[in-house]
Amino acid sequence: MATTDGYEGMIAETTVVTGHGGDLIHAYLARPTGSGPYPGVLLFHHLPGWDEFYRETTRRFAHHGYLAISPDLYCREGHGDPDDVAARVRAEGGVPDDQVVGDAQGCLDLLRALPTSSGKVAVFGTCSGARHAYLAACRIGNVDAVIDCWGGRIVTDDHTDKQPVAPVEYTADLPAPVLGLFGNDDGSPSPADVDVLEAALVDHGKPYEFHRYDGAGHGFFYYDRPSAYRAGAAVDGWEKVWDFLARTIG
Amino acid sequence: MCTTIAGKCPASGSAKGPTGWFSLDQIYVGYDHPVHAPLDHALSLDFVNEATGPGARVGVELTRESARALATRILETLDEAERYEAGG
Repeated sequence: MATTDGYEGMIAETTVVTGHGGDLIHAYLARPTGSGPYPGVLLFHHLPGWDEFYRETTRRFAHHGYLAISPDLYCREGHGDPDDVAARVRAEGGVPDDQVVGDAQGCLDLLRALPTSSGKVAVFGTCSGARHAYLAACRIGNVDAVIDCWGGRIVTDDHTDKQPVAPVEYTADLPAPVLGLFGNDDGSPSPADVDVLEAALVDHGKPYEFHRYDGAGHGFFYYDRPSAYRAGAAVDGWEKVWDFLARTIG
Repeated sequence: MCTTIAGKCPASGSAKGPTGWFSLDQIYVGYDHPVHAPLDHALSLDFVNEATGPGARVGVELTRESARALATRILETLDEAERYEAGG
């Protein structure tokens, strides 16, 4: 965190990254202007798309001293208002897991190739983005920390052609500690789903810490959604994020 | 996506969005976290023209009760319309 007597600068801009299949996709990259070395954070956006919340959150990580990148996982579906693009993706049953993993690999490669990178990288996501974070960490492997904010369908028996495997099934391959933040009033993931995920982590001997908030449901960080936002849980949750990252990637 | 409840319905007609009227080719129907409605989950209807692009869209998010009432009212209206067209 910057102090009042210190210089602080940030560069935040849209860039292009080579994603799955060699496709060039948009990504929002925010990074401190110092010489580093800085750890990196890859952010997976949520169902409503590559929206203002994710741009602001990407900048927030940079403000805290991380190289942060958020790819537009819906980039291939066209452009416009994020929720218009997201509506199209939702109707198509989401984006394929293989595509997300490929896009994530490209972003991780970019983060680590930056001259100010420390080489350590965490993945972060909320809602479907947390599912993608968990999935990508397990399938790519070379990740140093995982932050799962109320990830839906990490635990599920509902499989599709695009999402053929529940990410919890990959837990044996999880390469890094997990921070999980969940609302006890959430229906997806329900507290029972979180129990199943926790049991899988225990069974496989994976380090994790879960924090479950009473009086909070799905999306309690979303200050732009009055029905979802829970200030107390959000403040505490962000403190958990910064503490976890300091201990895992520096 | 936190549900997999989503699908498409081919459509002919028109819708009016922020930039004016456009022709429809699909209506998306789903049930998932809404973008705007103060609900955990909502029935979503998206009236779109896929060929024009993502901006050709009129989106609606409804409670389940509202959606059922709408579906019932549509069917009642269609029954009445068919009687009208049949001359009865």
